[in-house]
Amino acid sequence: MSNSIPHNSYLDPQGNRKGILGWLLTTDHKRIGILYLICIMIFFLVGAILGGFMRLELAKPGQQIMEAQTYNGLFTVHGIIMIFMVVIPGLSAVFGNFFLPIMIGAKDVSFPKLNLLSWYIYVLGSIVAILSQFSGDGPPDTGWTFYAPYSMETTTNVIMAVVAAFILGFSSILTGLNFIVTIHRLRAKGMTWFKMPLFPWSLYATAWIQVLATPIVGITLLMVIAERTLRIGFFDPTLGGDPILFQHLFWIYSHPAVYIMILPAMGVITEIIPTFCQRKVFGYQAIVLSSLAIAGVGYLVWGHHMFTSGMSDLSRLVFSLLTFIVAIPSAIKVFNWIATMYKGSIEIRTPFLYTLSFIFQFMIGGLTGLVLGSLATDVHVHDTYFVVAHFHYIVFGGMGFAFFAAIHYWYPKMFGRMYNEKLGNIAWAILFSGFTLLYFPMFVLGMRGMPRRYFDYLPEYSTGHLISSIGAAVLIFGIFLMVYNLFRGLKTGAIAPANPWKGRTLEWTIASPPPLENFDEEPVIDAGPYDYE
Amino acid sequence: MDNQTSAITEHRDDTGAKLGMWIFIFTELLLFGGLFLVYAVFRAKYSQDFHIAAFQLNVFMGALNTAILLISSMTVAMSVTAIQKNDKRLALLLLSITLALAGAFLFNKYLEWGGKIHHQLYPGSDVVMSLKHGQILFFGLYYFMTGLHALHIVIGMILLMYIAYSVAKGKTNQSNYVLLENGGLYWHLVDLIWIFLFPLLYLIT
Repeated sequence: MSNSIPHNSYLDPQGNRKGILGWLLTTDHKRIGILYLICIMIFFLVGAILGGFMRLELAKPGQQIMEAQTYNGLFTVHGIIMIFMVVIPGLSAVFGNFFLPIMIGAKDVSFPKLNLLSWYIYVLGSIVAILSQFSGDGPPDTGWTFYAPYSMETTTNVIMAVVAAFILGFSSILTGLNFIVTIHRLRAKGMTWFKMPLFPWSLYATAWIQVLATPIVGITLLMVIAERTLRIGFFDPTLGGDPILFQHLFWIYSHPAVYIMILPAMGVITEIIPTFCQRKVFGYQAIVLSSLAIAGVGYLVWGHHMFTSGMSDLSRLVFSLLTFIVAIPSAIKVFNWIATMYKGSIEIRTPFLYTLSFIFQFMIGGLTGLVLGSLATDVHVHDTYFVVAHFHYIVFGGMGFAFFAAIHYWYPKMFGRMYNEKLGNIAWAILFSGFTLLYFPMFVLGMRGMPRRYFDYLPEYSTGHLISSIGAAVLIFGIFLMVYNLFRGLKTGAIAPANPWKGRTLEWTIASPPPLENFDEEPVIDAGPYDYE
Repeated sequence: MDNQTSAITEHRDDTGAKLGMWIFIFTELLLFGGLFLVYAVFRAKYSQDFHIAAFQLNVFMGALNTAILLISSMTVAMSVTAIQKNDKRLALLLLSITLALAGAFLFNKYLEWGGKIHHQLYPGSDVVMSLKHGQILFFGLYYFMTGLHALHIVIGMILLMYIAYSVAKGKTNQSNYVLLENGGLYWHLVDLIWIFLFPLLYLIT
């Protein structure tokens, strides 16, 4: 890659390891971030296309393009890929790896070799996940939640998918561990905890969830394997086990896992808003504390997934209350983002457009989460499309759009070139409309009783399903347009300056793309990260 | 690049390395914590069956293995002190004793499991499946928990062997022994988990 200012960029071939080996054996956090980016982008496109097939099948009542059993396999694969291989590693593995050390003024993470190992474990887990689709007696059909006792009874290839989830969890733990130690030990001179930018803060909160929650699902998945191979019967009622126990153990991890996805997304949004408003972030400490509060309280709300599966009234009440409490720190963040924009000199560029749609979609997703967290209304909409819509508004409309915001925001820094702004705006508009068309009708369908995971439906749901399927087509077109624009920029984009958006955090003080060791001389911090005035 | 990379990777931070190890130990405790939770749930549900099934375990063997692991924890801690005093030979000797004790633990485990399997007491066997639900679960948990623990013993042994190699090579020495300390921490964890497993499975009847 040519640059107007020649410098030793991390993208240039380094030393005696040329070409692909220089990437596969690298311990540079930036290169590892790019490795994750490539994998996650491929898996995301695969998962999105699988979702597209599901929408194609559902466009009209009756069987369209596949058998019912194929559909069961499809939504399971879509879930496993998107959850375990895309959104859970997602922002922290890609942008966390690339920008965490730079934003805290470090040369690398604390354990660079472990960092590379985490990537290899991630790749191994992904390969096992993909193999589970093509080997054994057909792709798993349990859904990504592997609910017992069905996951014990089905003859499909559940064990392999479970092993994959276990391996991917291990990778997630090691990344989290690495980030915690990095943040504790490698902050630049003068960067006290409360002078640290907010994306690293959100990664810190996320890393603790990764470390503290993932082992629980790890042991649960091992128990599923033991149950299927050795007939131990932890969760099988015919052997004395308890399927509800599985749900508890699964959600003790998998609800915090939602915060593993959304907290870094919130961190990204908190970086972008001050930059494009040229204004100091409103309520820095409130944002920090709300990240930690989400991580803490988010650990204790798992029961709201199980309001209809058998729990005492008291536990349901407590879990409902905690669910309402965890909404408060999220609301604080939304308030702070909007307050930051107030009287700012706002410049609406592609990353900012994604940020605005993030806030919009996240609020819809969050508020409908409260409908699901209330005992009375949850009984009505439990296991319907309402849940599917809520979940996708948070995970895709939230985390996904934050990922798109992040890739546009940091693209000039990562690759040293600009993407096409106009095409970026158009792709955003298509993505946003496609998203709304695809998922909003699902709220209505769910309210009217359309159950999730069904292969077929009654004719009265057909309008909503048709609109949703059209939305899926629009959305997928938007995704491809965005990806095309990003790829085109790599070759033909204008050379990016070191600080195209006039940002204040440390990554904008170094060249684009960053030099091998990030900083020519170790930075010393004497001001807060967002001092614009 | 090699010079530059090594400058990056050889950045030494012992406190950071130990912090990382402690966090990893948290994750291990949580991994077994999930099992303890499952044990507690089923113990409460089937206390009578657990009571009967636990009589099948050999308390003497369990106690012997507890003693073996406690001593091995002591020898690994002593090897850290030895390296701090720059006594490489003693450190290696103590590590070897630790490894031998770990081997003895596994041997006892083999005898225990072998005896049970000989009596058709293993998950899924006809004898076990004809028992009451709670007893099936007890034996399932027994094999699962002690098996997972034995796997940790094996991992710990591999780690300690690597550390012994590093000590012999002089890479781990008086001024740089964080690897040995971390290996010791891991070994104490393996010991600690057993100290919980022993009463839960063998002693509470």
